Amino acid sequence: MENFPILSIMLVVPALAAAACLFLSDENARRLALAATLVDFVLGCVLWAGYQIGGPQWQFVEYAPVFGRFAWALGIDGFALLLIMLSVFLMPICIGASWRSITTRVPEYMAAFLFTEVLMIGTFAAQDLFLFYVFFEAGLIPMYLIIGIWGGANRIYASYKFFLYTLLGSVLMLIAMLYMANKAGTTSIPALMAYDFPPQAQTWLWLAFFASFAVKMPMWPVHTWLPDAHVQAPTAGSVILAGVLLKLGGYGFLRFSLPMLPEASGQLTWLVFALSAVAVIYTSLVALVQSDMKKLIAYSSVAHMAIVTIGLFAFNRQGIEGAMMVMLGHGLVSGALFLCVGVIYDRLHTREISRYGGLAITMPRYALFFLLFTMASVGLPGTSNFVGELLALMGTYERSTLIALLCTTGIILGAAYMLYLYRRIAFGEVKSEEVAAMPDLSSRELWLLAPIAVVVLWMGVYPESFLAPMRKDVAVLLARIDRAAPPSDSQPTPGKPIAAAAATLHHAAATEGAH
Amino acid sequence: MSYAANLAMTLPELVLGLGAIALMLVAAWGGQQSTRAVSIASVFVLAGACVALAGPASSGGAAFDGLYRADAFAAFAKVLIYVASAVAIIMAPDFFRRTAGDDLKPEYPVLILLSACGMGIMVSAADLLTLYVGLELQSLAAYVLASFMRRDTRSAEAGLKYFVLGALASGILLYGISLVYGFTGTTLFDGIAGAYAATPMSGEAKSLGLLFGLVFIFAGLAFKLAAVPFHMWTPDVYQGAPTPVTAFFASAPKVAAIGLATRVAIEAMGSATDQWRQIVIFAALASIVLGAVAAIGQSNVKRLLAYSSINNVGFALVGLACGTPEGVSGVLTYMVIYIVMTLGSFLVVLQMRDETGEPVESIASLSGLSRTRPGLAAALAIFMFSLAGIPPLFGFWAKFAVFDAAVKAGLFPLAAVGIAASVIGAYYYLRIVKTMYFDDPAPAFPRSENKVEGGLIALSAVFVSPLGYLLIPALGVWTTAAAKALF
Repeated sequence: MENFPILSIMLVVPALAAAACLFLSDENARRLALAATLVDFVLGCVLWAGYQIGGPQWQFVEYAPVFGRFAWALGIDGFALLLIMLSVFLMPICIGASWRSITTRVPEYMAAFLFTEVLMIGTFAAQDLFLFYVFFEAGLIPMYLIIGIWGGANRIYASYKFFLYTLLGSVLMLIAMLYMANKAGTTSIPALMAYDFPPQAQTWLWLAFFASFAVKMPMWPVHTWLPDAHVQAPTAGSVILAGVLLKLGGYGFLRFSLPMLPEASGQLTWLVFALSAVAVIYTSLVALVQSDMKKLIAYSSVAHMAIVTIGLFAFNRQGIEGAMMVMLGHGLVSGALFLCVGVIYDRLHTREISRYGGLAITMPRYALFFLLFTMASVGLPGTSNFVGELLALMGTYERSTLIALLCTTGIILGAAYMLYLYRRIAFGEVKSEEVAAMPDLSSRELWLLAPIAVVVLWMGVYPESFLAPMRKDVAVLLARIDRAAPPSDSQPTPGKPIAAAAATLHHAAATEGAH
Repeated sequence: MSYAANLAMTLPELVLGLGAIALMLVAAWGGQQSTRAVSIASVFVLAGACVALAGPASSGGAAFDGLYRADAFAAFAKVLIYVASAVAIIMAPDFFRRTAGDDLKPEYPVLILLSACGMGIMVSAADLLTLYVGLELQSLAAYVLASFMRRDTRSAEAGLKYFVLGALASGILLYGISLVYGFTGTTLFDGIAGAYAATPMSGEAKSLGLLFGLVFIFAGLAFKLAAVPFHMWTPDVYQGAPTPVTAFFASAPKVAAIGLATRVAIEAMGSATDQWRQIVIFAALASIVLGAVAAIGQSNVKRLLAYSSINNVGFALVGLACGTPEGVSGVLTYMVIYIVMTLGSFLVVLQMRDETGEPVESIASLSGLSRTRPGLAAALAIFMFSLAGIPPLFGFWAKFAVFDAAVKAGLFPLAAVGIAASVIGAYYYLRIVKTMYFDDPAPAFPRSENKVEGGLIALSAVFVSPLGYLLIPALGVWTTAAAKALF
């Protein structure tokens, strides 16, 4: 088991299947893609089962110096394990979601998705700086094709915007990586995570990484590519974009910005906090007035990702664990919500919210699932997002009361726009003949949504399964970044002496109330 | 040193020169029927020249009292030049046969051989006059090649434009050479290097003559490289010249010119690095930006590739601007990958023709190519993403090598601006992919029976695919050894 190159195999299986798909008929390409993604899911389960919680920091390590300047170095820690699990879990669902809705150029479509899977797993498993960059950046190509070929009416604009926006963000990161590799004399990510760069250089490096990750995340104000890309992408494309590709930004902060550049992270926390707070409030308000379902969910993704960034930069255990849980939870929930949109889009071919209504009457099973995912997105206790959001905001509160306060309004606004969406779609009178004629979930659709629903509840009820693998890694990260933690404004302050307390009791109560 | 030893070091040029003369005689007496035989023989002559590189020609050192240098750097560049020239000969017959009225003549391979001989002298030159002789031999052959389709007015125009502007460039270069000779008293690179080292390049005592000489020489070389601001001839010549000739211009002479510029910069003027670095940085950034911006509006695929070549020269110059062994090795890595991508793209362009067999060049005719010719479209998409420098394609490694050198040399602003400007370039490469993959199909190109061209396309596509990354260790060893020869 120790020497079995399971990570390489997880990369090779979809890669070979992608190549083979191109030479198959439509039906066989679908079957092969499903089979390959299921094999990868099983391998992912093996990976999780074989992962020793509390064992060495890097497990399943593979190393082959085949590229001269950099190496084929793979290995995972708890963070990478969970994100790889998210990817391999969502992939078969994406293939299933495209089973009937994609009818043109099926082999290419399946190949593009399998190629995306290779790159996602590769990004999370890479232990070499440049191998990471190659995987990270290569993801643009299949996504560009998926949006551009199988997307909606305005797909070409969206595909360009997606590609060029994210490329511009990433190229500066490459320069930073070149500097780091030359300065530290190694391209190994674990080695770089222990290397101390001079503080002056850190600020520049941090900003270069930030340019890339902030766009991927996406953070306000560089989020504008996301609504366009989501709206135009086919359903499965949106699922994978929201489910996994947005997590690359958060993973980047976790893997590069924080451990490699702790001083700069500490100094620039205010920037992350400020942008995130604006993002939470602004994009939630924008989501409130959307008339297009996918756009609404896309804006809600920006708001949720902002909770991730504040959690990461809270520099404490709750914050980081919460951020990871939000990433996982959001990956599942927003993916599921896009699937829900896809289900009714396949029937009525419109994403206009106003065209729907009363689906609770005509499609009760659908309405049930949609309700569950809506509630999960709002962060109802018992669902995945509650755990993450609570932890992330608790962690943030320890660092900055104001930011925690501002971001918590996002939860309220989130409830507002999601419930408003649900009311317009599911409740009320049945809007039209067409809506009345819509059939309920088919068994295929049920099979896509049910597994996500189970995991969403699992994460909400027993989050320990997901917190355990990363617990030790969070401790390692905290030990590394603790020295650079920015000052906290939520520390207990010494109280007034007892004698004076009685006299100023009234006054003290008033001050407390003002806080 | 004995004459035989000198000749052994110049063996590749001898093979090419004698081969070209012999084949010219065959062509003169054999006439039109000998075209095929002469073409095949020319490819063998080029292969022979490659073989002749083994031995003293790649490691002999200085020949003819320092006029000529046979080192690893020259050998590396020559291999690239010979391979690109051979491909230019191989891709020609099919194109000319399909173009009405202008059959391929046996002079075509002969001119390419002469040009290759000149390019070999360029990259081996260790003296300003050897340099000039090589450059003119290459250029004169190239002028004729540009106007090879006599009945085509665009081709004739391309030849004339190339000639007039090339002559102007040669004039500027010669003026620079004369200034340098006047102020240093020698044309040998070693002597010039000594003079530059002995003369302060800034402050009161600086030598304006040497400085001006340097500026004029670099301006002349920039003309040959088609680097901005001396790039104006490129789009017209590339568009007008027959496609195989354009492919030739975009590959082999670029390697020769950049090899020449590198040798002059490092060997002759290495001690004035700070002076020429400003020129090279400006030319690099201007080429990257202008090559990218001007390409956006193009509708002709050959013109677009012309701007792409300007853009790519800019990236290669980023490596030269470092003035370090890593920089030179980056330039060589860049050129290897660049010529494969370029030749591959032009081979695809050769497959573009309407149902009567006439070549078409508009980008719009590529519409929906992914449905009509999936393999061809995939190959061109690979070349385009690779030219844009997107990993996991090999074009990324080319950019990686030069920017790595720039970062090592501490040129952070150059690296940051250059790589940010590469995003502009990505736009027009993407436009070709968009046309092929997103648009509705245009009339399909008829299938070609030419197995050789198809094979070359496949080979190039595999080279720039992620499989190419496995070549990085070997490429690293070769380019490093070649770069060391200059320092």
